[in-house]
Amino acid sequence: MSNSAPIVEFINAEKHFIAKKNTVKAVDDVTLTVNTGEVFGVIGYSGAGKSTLVRMVNALEPATGGKVIVNGHDVSSLKESALRTLRLEIGMIFQQFNLLQSRTVAANVAYPLEVAGVDRTERRRRVAELLEFVGLSDKAKAFPSQLSGGQKQRVGIARALATSPKILLADEATSALDPETTADVLGLLRRVNEELGITVIVITHEMEVVKAICDRVAVMEHGKVVELGDVYQVFSHPGHRATRRFVSSAIKDRPDPDVLARLRHRHKEHLITVYVHEDGGQGERITDLLNRHGVRGGIIYGGISEVKERPFGSLTWGLDGEPDAIARFITELGTYTHVVDLGTADAPLDGFGHADLTDVVEEGK
Amino acid sequence: MSAALFTATDWSVMGPELWKQMGTTMYMVGVGMLIGGFAGLLMGLLLYLTRPGNLLQNRAVFTVLNILINIVRPIPFIIFVTAIGPLTRAVVGTTLGPTAAAFAITFMAAFAFARLVEQNLVALDPGVIEAARAMGASKFRVIWSVVIPEALGPLILAYTFLFIGVVDMSAMVGAIGGQGLGEFALRQGYARFNWEITFVTVIVIIIIVQAAQFLGNFLARKAMRR
Repeated sequence: MSNSAPIVEFINAEKHFIAKKNTVKAVDDVTLTVNTGEVFGVIGYSGAGKSTLVRMVNALEPATGGKVIVNGHDVSSLKESALRTLRLEIGMIFQQFNLLQSRTVAANVAYPLEVAGVDRTERRRRVAELLEFVGLSDKAKAFPSQLSGGQKQRVGIARALATSPKILLADEATSALDPETTADVLGLLRRVNEELGITVIVITHEMEVVKAICDRVAVMEHGKVVELGDVYQVFSHPGHRATRRFVSSAIKDRPDPDVLARLRHRHKEHLITVYVHEDGGQGERITDLLNRHGVRGGIIYGGISEVKERPFGSLTWGLDGEPDAIARFITELGTYTHVVDLGTADAPLDGFGHADLTDVVEEGK
Repeated sequence: MSAALFTATDWSVMGPELWKQMGTTMYMVGVGMLIGGFAGLLMGLLLYLTRPGNLLQNRAVFTVLNILINIVRPIPFIIFVTAIGPLTRAVVGTTLGPTAAAFAITFMAAFAFARLVEQNLVALDPGVIEAARAMGASKFRVIWSVVIPEALGPLILAYTFLFIGVVDMSAMVGAIGGQGLGEFALRQGYARFNWEITFVTVIVIIIIVQAAQFLGNFLARKAMRR
């Protein structure tokens, strides 16, 4: 869906707040590019600066340093009136929906059209079209208080799309919704991207959201982007420890420290975790290798699902045989795919770097 | 002072008098509600908008206005009326009569309503304002198309509350040279030991206040649609 033309560029962008003598760097020297037509995710724990970052796109939070370029305009240099014109090209949806309680669903969707100076007949036509798109034509005369959370967010999306924007900013748009409704809303955002060609920037703290709809993702921590890349790439080769934590929260295939302790208690044999990617690690190759090295093995934990419609996951095996044979097997398997050696119950190895991860658990929340 | 007034009330005289004083009260209350209410709405809006972090944040304006309201509001009204006497005389030309009383009422009503308006607007979800700003609405548009409509229900209830306060003030000025139901109850009732007049006046005031409260609740419910 995406082509390589940039639509939003952050160039050494900074947002500093002065709070009681000391400066808080909510966004600290961020440089990244969002391409036209992609679904771009920004993930981080609360306080990581992602909400501030996304508000720098429509200058609800003006940058205090660096540049933010949207659609060719340097946002920080725009005057209030030019900024208002630019905002008509940027839709935004919110965690708490932020619908006008005093207006009906139809009047909420009409609001940005009134701001844009669209006449009444055209407004009516456009509102009907938008409500049809989000599947809420029958709720036009209802008030927001009469709707469910998922319906409210769909009204929010219809409202954000009213002025046919080029960019849609979704600020924790599904965080107040249950899993089923989340899936509906994410599906709708997917359609917004694919059918209308709108670039979507998704802010979230849930890796599931990134996994479901994003093409690329930036991981933020303490105001900085600590990892940036194609979603599949980030899932399969997470570099930063924050990224690894997010990945493990979305993909439950890898044993966490508690699970691993129980596995070691039940299985005294040598444990390894084999990653299943598109590029290798498939089952038959493993069984071939096991035979060749005279090692017996069984799957004791794991799972395989899809990220961006490509296979992704890992399987944890228990291996039984001569220690030398097992070592040779692991070495050879390692040439095909990523293998994490967990050792045996008597000689455990911290293959996942759990010790390294524990310190971010508290820090994050 | 004829002895007849101490016994049965002559309602053929007192009836029209009560009616006339009711009209005077409604005049004072009306002026206070309309002018004082409008000035209070503007002051309250300004107080809310200039609050740090809000649309027109301005520490100087906010602080001055906030302190001014805090100074005026706690002054007992009956003392306030006498204290602004010189100003009343300068503007109205006299410190006696319904117009002079309405001037003082308007003043106090504006300050009282300013605080009520501010308190109700502060409770407004800042998210809807942010959403309107994100849609390209100007600050002025946000004020009239989001801030006021979204807070309309509570504002109507606050205005109803103000009405009762203003009726109370209008009665109090009866003690110091105003006219209206308060003065009527004091002069014809209290001063002449005519409990009947006092009670009838009280009942009339209760009916006025109840009617206002009923109307206010009805309109607020319509505005809130919840």
